[in-house]
Amino acid sequence: MVETGDVHEEILFRPIEQTGRGFYWTVAVLSVFILWGVVAYVTQYYWGLGVTGLNEPVSWGFYVTNFVFFIGISHAGTLISAILRLSKAEWRRPITRMAEVITVMVIFIGAGQILIDLGQPDRMLNVLRWGRYQSPLLWDATSISAYMSASLTYLYLPMIPDIAILRDRPGGKRKLLYSVLALGWTGTEQQHRVLNRAIAVMGVLVIPIAVSVHSVVSFVFSMTLQPMWHSTIFGPYFVVGAIFSGIAGLIVAMIVFRKAYGLEYYLKPIHFRYLGQLLLIMSLFWFYFTFSEYLTGYYGAEPEEMKVFWSKFDGTFAVFFWGMVLCNLVIPLACLARLAQHTVVKVLAASISVIVGMWLERFIIVVPSLSSPRLPFPPTTYWPTWVECGETAGSFALFALFYVLFTKFFPIISIWEIREGREVGIKEVEERVLSYLPGEVEGQS
Amino acid sequence: MALWGMVIDLDRCTGCQACVMACKAENNVPAVGVDQAKRGRIISWMQVLTESDEQNPENKMRFVPRPCLQCDDPPCTKVCPVYATYRNPEGIVGQIYGRCIGCRFCMAACPYNAKYFNWYTYQKEKPGQNPDVSLRPKGVVEKCTFCHHRLQKARAQALAENRQFDPREYVPACAESCPAQAIVFGDLSDPGSEVARLAQSPRAFKLLEELGTKPKVIYLTEGEGGG
Repeated sequence: MVETGDVHEEILFRPIEQTGRGFYWTVAVLSVFILWGVVAYVTQYYWGLGVTGLNEPVSWGFYVTNFVFFIGISHAGTLISAILRLSKAEWRRPITRMAEVITVMVIFIGAGQILIDLGQPDRMLNVLRWGRYQSPLLWDATSISAYMSASLTYLYLPMIPDIAILRDRPGGKRKLLYSVLALGWTGTEQQHRVLNRAIAVMGVLVIPIAVSVHSVVSFVFSMTLQPMWHSTIFGPYFVVGAIFSGIAGLIVAMIVFRKAYGLEYYLKPIHFRYLGQLLLIMSLFWFYFTFSEYLTGYYGAEPEEMKVFWSKFDGTFAVFFWGMVLCNLVIPLACLARLAQHTVVKVLAASISVIVGMWLERFIIVVPSLSSPRLPFPPTTYWPTWVECGETAGSFALFALFYVLFTKFFPIISIWEIREGREVGIKEVEERVLSYLPGEVEGQS
Repeated sequence: MALWGMVIDLDRCTGCQACVMACKAENNVPAVGVDQAKRGRIISWMQVLTESDEQNPENKMRFVPRPCLQCDDPPCTKVCPVYATYRNPEGIVGQIYGRCIGCRFCMAACPYNAKYFNWYTYQKEKPGQNPDVSLRPKGVVEKCTFCHHRLQKARAQALAENRQFDPREYVPACAESCPAQAIVFGDLSDPGSEVARLAQSPRAFKLLEELGTKPKVIYLTEGEGGG
C-alpha cells in the first residue's frame, strides 16, 4: 500500500476528482476551433488541395510551417526535462511533468501536419512499402517516430508512482485504469532503484534523439538546392530555434495551469525567473545563428540568394521578417533583462512573443525561397484560405484539448518527485555541496 | 542503351507556343480554367518562358521553351520518399501517378519548376483524349516524360513487324509540332545522331548548368544575327 498524499498535495488531486464549469467552457471553446479544423480538412479531402492558397511555385505553405513549428515546440519538453534531471537541478521537480506532456501531445500534432499536407493521404503507407531512404522525409519519419516512442516512455515512467497513489486513494475514480497503468507499483526500495535507473537511461537516450529530430526537419530544406535553404547551418539553427520556442511554450502552459488550478504554491516566481533566464539565453543564441546565416548569404551575394534575401529584408515578406526580429529578440530582451519584479507577467509576455516570432521564423524560411524561382516565371503570391487557417486553429485547439484532458486523468505535477524533494533532495543537495568544498567532509570517510 | 535528349535552338524559336499546345493535347494535360490560372495553377509540361534581353530590354524578348530537362542527376528523384519519381536507364525522369503521395517535395526541390500538381480533379475520361496517356487524379504530381508512351509504342511496333527499332521513329509531340523546327530530339549517346552533333555546337548551353543537375535538354543561343 502506497501512502496516499498528505495535506500539501491535496490541491494536485483536485482537477482529477472535481470538474468545474471552467472545464466544460474550455472544452466547448476548443471544440469550436477543432470543428473548424475538421470541416476544413473534410473539405480539403473531398475537393483536393486546391481549396488552400497553395500554388506553383509556392507548393508548401502553412502546413509545412506548422509542421516545423509544432515539432519545434515539442522539443521543450523532453529535452529540458532530461537536461534538468541529469544535471540534478532541484527546481525541476514541479516542471518536468508539464514539459514532458507538451512533447508527447505536440509531436502527434506536428507529425499530423505532414499528413494534412499530403495530396493523397490514403497512400501514406507507401512510405513503408516503397520507402526511399535517400529522401529526407523518410529521415523525418524515422526520427520523429523514435522521438514519439522515447518521449512517451519518458513521460510514462515517472508517472508510475503517481498512478499508484491515485489507485490507492480511498474513494478514487477509474480504479481499473490506474491499477493497470501502475504496473503493480508498491513503492519498495527495489522498485524505486529500478525506476530511477530507467528514468536516467531514458534521460540520456532522449537527448540525442531530440537533437536528431530537428536536425532532420531542417534537412528537408537544406538538402535541396534552393536559395537560402541550401545551408550547412540549418541543422543546429533549427535545433536552437526549437528549444527556444519550446521553452516559451512550456512557460505559457505553466502559467495557464498555475492560474487555472491554483498551483501558485508549487510554481513560484523563482521557477519562472530561471526559465526566463534560459529563454533570454536562447534568444541571444537564436539571434547569433540568424545573424550568421543572413550575413553569410549577404556577403556571398549570389544573385539567386539575394533575390530571396531582399524579399525578406525589404520586399513582400519584410513585415513578417521584421515582425520576427521584434518578437524573437527585441521584446524578449526588453522583458527578460530584469526579472526582479513582476516576474510572471514579464516572462509570460516574452513567451507569447517568442511563440509568435518563431512561427513567423518558420514561415519566413519556408515560403520566400519557394516564391523566388530561378527561371523567369510570372510572379505569384501565396495567401492562405480559410482552410489553412482552420487547420492551424484546429491544431492549436486540439493540442490544448489533449493537454486539458491529460490533467483530468493524471496529476500535472509529479507528486512523488515533490515528496522526494522534501524527503531526500534537501539532504542530498547539502551533501553534494559539501562534497564540492575542499577538505574532509563530516560524516563521510 | 540510348540516352534520350533534346536540343532547342533559340535562334529558330518564334515563341508561337505550338509545342505547348501539342504537348497538352498529346498528354491529356488539363486546362485548369481562368480562375485557377490566375491563382498560379496552370499545368504546362512544356512552358515558353519569356526573358527580356539584359542589354536592350525594350526591343528584344527571348523565348525559352522549357520542358522537363530530364536531368541526369535529378534533384527531384532524390527527395521522393516513395520512389514515385525516378530516372529510368534511358535517362528519362518518370513519375508514377498511382504511387505518388502528393507531398510536393519534388516540386520544392526542382530548380526548374518543371513539376506540376493536381490541385483538384481537373478532368474525367471523355472522348478526344489520348488513350495512351493515363489521366492524373487529384493530389499527385505530374511532369513531362519526353512522351515516353511514344517510345513504348514505337518499340512495340518494331517488335510486331519483326524488325530493329530505329531511334528516329521516336519523337515527342513538341518536337514534332514545332513549325520552325527549333526542337531536335534523339539519342545523345549515338555520336552520329543530329541531336548529339548539335549538342557539341559552340552555341550550346544548359539551363542553370552551374547547379550540376546535368540536364539533357540543351539550348543553342541566338547566333550572331541576334542581339
